Amino acid sequence: MDGSTQQPAQPTVAKARHSGSLTGDPLFKALAMATGIGVLLVLGVIIAVMAIGGIPAFKAFGPGFLFSAVWNPVTQHFGAAAPVFGTLASSALGLLIAVPLAFGTAFWLTALAPPALSSVIGMAVQLLAAVPSIIFGMWGFFVLVPPMAHYVQPTARHLFGHIPGLSALVAGAPFGTGLLTAGLILAIMIMPSITAVMRDVFVSMPAVLRESAYGLGATRWEVMRQVVLPWSRQGVVGGIVLGMGRAMGETMAVTFVIGDSNHIGWSLFAPSNTIASLIALEFPESPAGSLKLASLMALGAILMAISFITLWCSRMLLARGEAQAGKR
Amino acid sequence: MASSPPASSLSVSGKSRSRALQRKAMDRLATVLSWCATFLVVFVLGSILWTLLKNGLPGLTAALFTRSMGAPGQGGGLANAIVGSILQTGLAILLGAPAGLMTGIYLAEYGSHSRLARAVRFVSDMLLSAPSILIGLFIYMALVAPLGHFSGFAGSVALAILAMPIMVRTTEDMLRLVPLSMREAGIALGAPKWRVILFICVRAARGGIITGVLLAIARVAGETAPLLFTSLGNSEWSLDMRRPMASLPVAIYQYAGSAYQDWMQQAWTGALLVTLGVLIINIVVRIGIRGGRT
Repeated sequence: MDGSTQQPAQPTVAKARHSGSLTGDPLFKALAMATGIGVLLVLGVIIAVMAIGGIPAFKAFGPGFLFSAVWNPVTQHFGAAAPVFGTLASSALGLLIAVPLAFGTAFWLTALAPPALSSVIGMAVQLLAAVPSIIFGMWGFFVLVPPMAHYVQPTARHLFGHIPGLSALVAGAPFGTGLLTAGLILAIMIMPSITAVMRDVFVSMPAVLRESAYGLGATRWEVMRQVVLPWSRQGVVGGIVLGMGRAMGETMAVTFVIGDSNHIGWSLFAPSNTIASLIALEFPESPAGSLKLASLMALGAILMAISFITLWCSRMLLARGEAQAGKR
Repeated sequence: MASSPPASSLSVSGKSRSRALQRKAMDRLATVLSWCATFLVVFVLGSILWTLLKNGLPGLTAALFTRSMGAPGQGGGLANAIVGSILQTGLAILLGAPAGLMTGIYLAEYGSHSRLARAVRFVSDMLLSAPSILIGLFIYMALVAPLGHFSGFAGSVALAILAMPIMVRTTEDMLRLVPLSMREAGIALGAPKWRVILFICVRAARGGIITGVLLAIARVAGETAPLLFTSLGNSEWSLDMRRPMASLPVAIYQYAGSAYQDWMQQAWTGALLVTLGVLIINIVVRIGIRGGRT
């Protein structure tokens, strides 16, 4: 009974499904492709909107916008040099601190740690990356800034204040906020992603290379320094550049500890501003259509250009490192 | 240890011994420094958690969850900010997930190595690390300024742009782990490709894809910068996505800079809530996919 009623029905079901596939497949493929192209468009539109938004500022100040360090809402005169300097300087400081930390941690995770501990600490490091930016800001402001103002800065002044070359670096009142504090916070924030990249490329090295180096009698440090590091150079540099890209766009944490002041100076302790912190701080006081808002947009466009070029470089390096790893 | 002198060295034994000692010392130094670096990193994480618990726990009262934000000294809570955060994050995932999943499917199943797919993958990776404040500025120019008012909806769109690349990445990675033989089996049974993808591949990669969605939630739930210029913040109870909407991170930002004791307390407690939520999602996800891509 059952078989006789279903038998004739089956071909029609199959047919219906088949015809469904004929329309369904191209449709689904087109949909998938369209969303992919949509992603491309999002980036394109972001770039276009930022550039258009900044045009009034570039028109008003010309190329001088890039080189002027003035930011004066009263006289309606704005320039990008101070925040651009602050962005580059704080990111550079952050990298200077983060790279040794990340390298040490990656070395520990891949070569020194007992396996059980390695996975737990590895996870803790990645959790650090998940902590929201604003939390780093609060922690930095309430935990890091007071000791910077009371101990680090006076000590640094006491030690280096009389040395001609270094005195400029430690000049200024002990606020605790400033470039160095921002660099410290940035270092903590970008360190996990650099560590993750380093650990991945270290681990991806064929074990034979590592083992043969140990077989020749190399110490763990020598294996790292003379075998692993040269082998994974491109990936490591890619990870560092990625960290730099992240540092330059970091907003909330820096806003808390940078001190909000637009000037260019060599002091590590002087309050400063990055592009991102300036945008976050000044935006609420910038009415729509004003020259100030246009200047902020122009700054945003500059930040976008800097960080996308950096991220592009990092992707290229990482991709090349991966391709090389595949080849060997 | 492994630092015995190489067999080929025919130098004076004293010289080679001092060289061996030197190498050993260098190894010890690197080891100690590396331990220090790791310890420092774990210490910082511990310090952040300790600070949050110490300052945040005293403010964890029922009123915090039942009252809206109020003027200093009037015993306000964070209820509207918590609900606002949930609403905006939820809508952001609803907007971002379909786009992220479809793009991931396109990259893994259709495009693969085509020039377009490579460009999409590249751009998605760039968006993954793009400064979030720029996304906020962009949405301000594209949605807030033309419409003339800040809105929770604009905040959601900004968060969706941030959430999407994470889901693209995990969806593609997870679909690539599905063995080819499963696809072949599906095709051999006469299923059209879209059915094979949706009902076999996506199903097999379900766990990983959900992981991506959770990670995206964890990422955007703590974002402050993109919301400053889009949903703005709101001190009153509001569920209307077309109006300015409060959110936990923005409330923390407003309160943390204030001079009032009770606002500060709420900022710390809010910070504790956000951090615990984000970290718990991350821990669950990472324990769930031990050995997977981080």
